[in-house]
Amino acid sequence: MASQNKILMLDDDQALLDLYQDILKELPSKPEVIISNSGARAIALLESEPFTLLITDLKMPKMDGLQVLSIVRRKFPELRIICLTGVLDEEYRSRAYAMGVELFWQKPSSTEEMNMFKDCVESLLGREAAGLGFRGVQSKSLMDLIQMECLAQSSAVLRITQGGVEGKIWISSGDIVDAAAHNLTGEAAFKEIFSWKGGNFEILPHEPDRPRTIMTSSQNLLLTTSQEIDEARGDQAQVQANGEPTAAAAASGLAALARFEGVEFVLTTTADGKKASESWGLENAGPVAEWVREVYPRLRSLGEKLEAGELNNVKATGLQRHLAITGTAENALLCVGFRRTLDADQVQQTMKLIFAKWAS
Amino acid sequence: MGFVTKYIRKNEKPKLNRLPSGSFTIDGEGKIISSTVAQSVSPTVLKEISQHILAVFKGAHAAKVQFSELVVNYEAFKITARELRGGAMIFLSPKTTQTMPQL
Repeated sequence: MASQNKILMLDDDQALLDLYQDILKELPSKPEVIISNSGARAIALLESEPFTLLITDLKMPKMDGLQVLSIVRRKFPELRIICLTGVLDEEYRSRAYAMGVELFWQKPSSTEEMNMFKDCVESLLGREAAGLGFRGVQSKSLMDLIQMECLAQSSAVLRITQGGVEGKIWISSGDIVDAAAHNLTGEAAFKEIFSWKGGNFEILPHEPDRPRTIMTSSQNLLLTTSQEIDEARGDQAQVQANGEPTAAAAASGLAALARFEGVEFVLTTTADGKKASESWGLENAGPVAEWVREVYPRLRSLGEKLEAGELNNVKATGLQRHLAITGTAENALLCVGFRRTLDADQVQQTMKLIFAKWAS
Repeated sequence: MGFVTKYIRKNEKPKLNRLPSGSFTIDGEGKIISSTVAQSVSPTVLKEISQHILAVFKGAHAAKVQFSELVVNYEAFKITARELRGGAMIFLSPKTTQTMPQL
């Protein structure tokens, strides 16, 4: 017989606790419901016996729900948690989800809402019994978390702790602007934090006044840091499916070109395709190289027919990213992807610098 | 003097082709839907530009390179193409000494 589910309910309102205890006991899975009107007692209960689910209020005297959450998450990472609160603040909701709660519920105010809440609780208990389910953000790596924040164009501060060591990463509108760990700051601190193999993280509210010390784009920073860590671990270079080499040695040469602000990827190839393409930061390098090899000679020949002069460059702007292609008289082609936040002038200026460095 | 000039054969100068200027819209097949380009510009020229631009957009789709606007910069000419539901709107702008970037 499966063991009985145990729910711990935490709220400072005793009348509400009694009411919910009666309601939740009647769920189909017939869980045991223990109540607590203080955070300290709830933690003591969790330490003394295993629970399946914690339902907690946020606004409580002495120890509030977020404090309870941070302690519980650290001590009992497998415990499922529901926030049940009257506080409808988006910041609290975000923080609660960031701390790994399964659900954030406004206290039901109608029979319909109460029935939905009961269904959700029962569903969570059922999932626990089946041993399935995602752990939400808790199961993500630091890389995943930072990427998610950057893609969502979020503004927040990530606090990462590993044992007694603490690190912070400041993200503003999807850009990593600063990091701090030990006595390090900026990129050095970011790389230090990134090298940690485990720990806990928490998302804190945005600090808009934090001065920017990291000028590299988030994408580049993540890629270069991952690459450096991989190299340090002695990972072997990989070969692309299409046979074109993207060995770390080749990529590191291009990485120097990618250090310019806003650069997301760099690809070099030749118009005749005789020399193997090299790329840095590009997933589908093969098809893009093929497209570049087709586009540049095509437009060059169009220019000759129109008597429009030498083809200087080709630029493409899109919602995801911008890119620019240029070439040399010797048929060598350079294609660079830029972050979409760069304007046309910035793309042009940066492309000039990259081209000069590449051609030299 | 009139007699002299009548019988003196003038050297024929090569005809200078102006670069086309203006904008035109094409459908997915390259057919011109609307145009502000001068009629003196041969339709063959516009057709040729259209075919190349459409080929670039199609190739980009195949390579999963997503963009909506393409700018082709020649020394003396600029083509700007915006993708429009399979077709494109193409702007042709010859560069003058005033519009050329200062290097």
